[in-house]
Amino acid sequence: MSAVVTERVAAARASVRGTRRTRQRREVLVSAVLAVLVVAAFVGSVLYGTRTVSLGEVVEAVGGGGTRGTYYLVVELRLPRVLTGLLVGLCFGLAGALFQTLLRNPLASPDVIGISAGASAAAVVASVAFGLSGAAMSLSALGGALLAATLIYLLAWRNGVSGQRLVLVGIGVAAALTSVVSHMMTRSSAVVAQEARIWLAGSLNGRTWEHVGTLLFAAALLLPMTVAAARSLGTLQLGDEAASALGTRVERARLALIGCAVALTGVATAAAGPVGFVAFVSGPIARRLLGREAPALLPSALIGALIVLVSDQVAQHALGSNQFPVGMVTSIIGAPYLLWLLTRANRRGRGG
Amino acid sequence: MVTAPPREAGETGETGRRRVTGRPRLVAGLLVGLLCLLLACAASLAFGAESVPPGKVVTALTDYDPTDRDQLVVRHLRLPRTLSGLLVGAALGLAGTVMQGVARNPLADPGMLGINAGAALFVVIGIGWLGLSSFSGYVWCGFVGALLAALLVYGVSAVGREGATPVKLALAGATTTAALGSITGALVLSDTDTFDQYRFWQVGTLSRTADIVGQAAPFILVGAVGALLSGRFLNTLALGEDMARTLGQRVGLVRAMGALSVVLLCGSATALCGPIVFVGLVVPHLVRTLTGSDYRWVLPYAAVVAPALLLTADVIGRLVARPSEVQVGIVTALLGSVPFILLVRRWKAAEL
Repeated sequence: MSAVVTERVAAARASVRGTRRTRQRREVLVSAVLAVLVVAAFVGSVLYGTRTVSLGEVVEAVGGGGTRGTYYLVVELRLPRVLTGLLVGLCFGLAGALFQTLLRNPLASPDVIGISAGASAAAVVASVAFGLSGAAMSLSALGGALLAATLIYLLAWRNGVSGQRLVLVGIGVAAALTSVVSHMMTRSSAVVAQEARIWLAGSLNGRTWEHVGTLLFAAALLLPMTVAAARSLGTLQLGDEAASALGTRVERARLALIGCAVALTGVATAAAGPVGFVAFVSGPIARRLLGREAPALLPSALIGALIVLVSDQVAQHALGSNQFPVGMVTSIIGAPYLLWLLTRANRRGRGG
Repeated sequence: MVTAPPREAGETGETGRRRVTGRPRLVAGLLVGLLCLLLACAASLAFGAESVPPGKVVTALTDYDPTDRDQLVVRHLRLPRTLSGLLVGAALGLAGTVMQGVARNPLADPGMLGINAGAALFVVIGIGWLGLSSFSGYVWCGFVGALLAALLVYGVSAVGREGATPVKLALAGATTTAALGSITGALVLSDTDTFDQYRFWQVGTLSRTADIVGQAAPFILVGAVGALLSGRFLNTLALGEDMARTLGQRVGLVRAMGALSVVLLCGSATALCGPIVFVGLVVPHLVRTLTGSDYRWVLPYAAVVAPALLLTADVIGRLVARPSEVQVGIVTALLGSVPFILLVRRWKAAEL
């Protein structure tokens, strides 16, 4: 009798282990494929453009050799731009997945709940009212994101923060901040307003090694912190009560994760402007690829990078003679996907 | 069961009594509201960037002398501005009330639900692609845009199991606003002239010339009559869809009529003054604290209170930044986000 039970328990264990292994294998496989695609997009972006260069020329230029023209094109123009795109994509993808998992709502990305709006408002005020540009403007964008997030978090606080209340408060704050942006646009000359508008759409134009350096430094700081904080994400996803029953300090863990996600959003927005919908679509695509509900942080980050790199190529070269900011392409791809997702999420009676 | 008849009698007796004492109070309240509205109109005529002595304001209305500069300001700038404030305020207040009634959703608001964004997108298409420059041309674009956005947002959020809950509706609205906004942004980015017109239109301002206000008036009046007559049907609908149907109401027809008047009101108000948020959301809630939930009273109150608040916001915007001004859309977005967030906080998480 007991032998039968032990046998059954062993069988059940084996099947659980099997499922877990298949899942892990799938996650590793998906991440590997995505990483290969990101590398391919990265290399492709460096090689192709209005003038195509060969891989040998790139290696030569990076080593300091080659013609002066190639060196300028590869090292001064393309590499900083593509690296910024890669890092910004990683940050946005990761931040979006964090928010969506934390608030247990597929629609709660930093674009929707007012954090990008905070960064935009601060940047536009800095550039129009105080004439700042470059690093100072980026810093104020970061400050704006942090400030907006703090404001939203405090306003939504009422014996703890419920995900849905946070989303609604965020929408309200976003509406107020967007009006500040609109107001600043009317107070400036058409040229300054048009420049601000391009930044607001999210652009990788004219990025330098300075941008890449700041971004790399921030990413090197934030990514390990996020990985450490994300350990409690699995239990948090079960719901507040279940999570605290399992020994997670819910508010503290959530605050840490939100802090990481906000900082990632702010850093990325400071470097490239609020590239629309990247944070929003990366998580859902990753979950779809994995075929299950899981935080899926690594795949989301890779998908974010892939989207930004490919969209930037499309925006630069595929749309006739005009060069568009990358955020416009991501928005036009992201918007219909978002609405389709909304109907699907609703049909399953969850989220939204 | 035995106690049921007396309780019923008591209830009807009580509501009957409340009606006898309540109606004069409600009428008196409406008169007070009208008085406030008159004061707001007077303030809107009297205050502005230019200081005009009160005596001249009166003469400009009664005995107009076109050679006097002060009278010219009152007659040609402030009078049309006050009239457009009256029209747009009433339109937004009524539209918000009808939307909240038809959608049975406390967060319904033309600004939050993407209806203004839809109107904005189509107005930009009208200006940029069809070369429209007169109001009578692009008001139709505004209608089409408002209608399509309303259908999209409501459709998307109503698909799921529980229908259009507040959170779903607000999220669908916010995401649609973001999506339509980025398409609008993409359009104006590639066309500097349209952008220059658009950036002043998108903030929501009441300063319009008299003939444009005259062209918008008929649409708003028709919509307002439709909205004011719908009180009885909205009361029945408030009991729930099934109950309304049992009571012999044609729910689909009522919804369609409500939506039609909302589109007329919002489309023309947005085409006239640009997107103005939170007025349609906050005013009905404010009014309900005075009148109770009877839509036959909420509607006329909203039609009086909303323009009074909008004109006050406009006067504030003119006075805080003399000699320039803060557009009314900015003032309402900043001030209106406060009651919105209070509203969100007041609900329990379970209700959302």
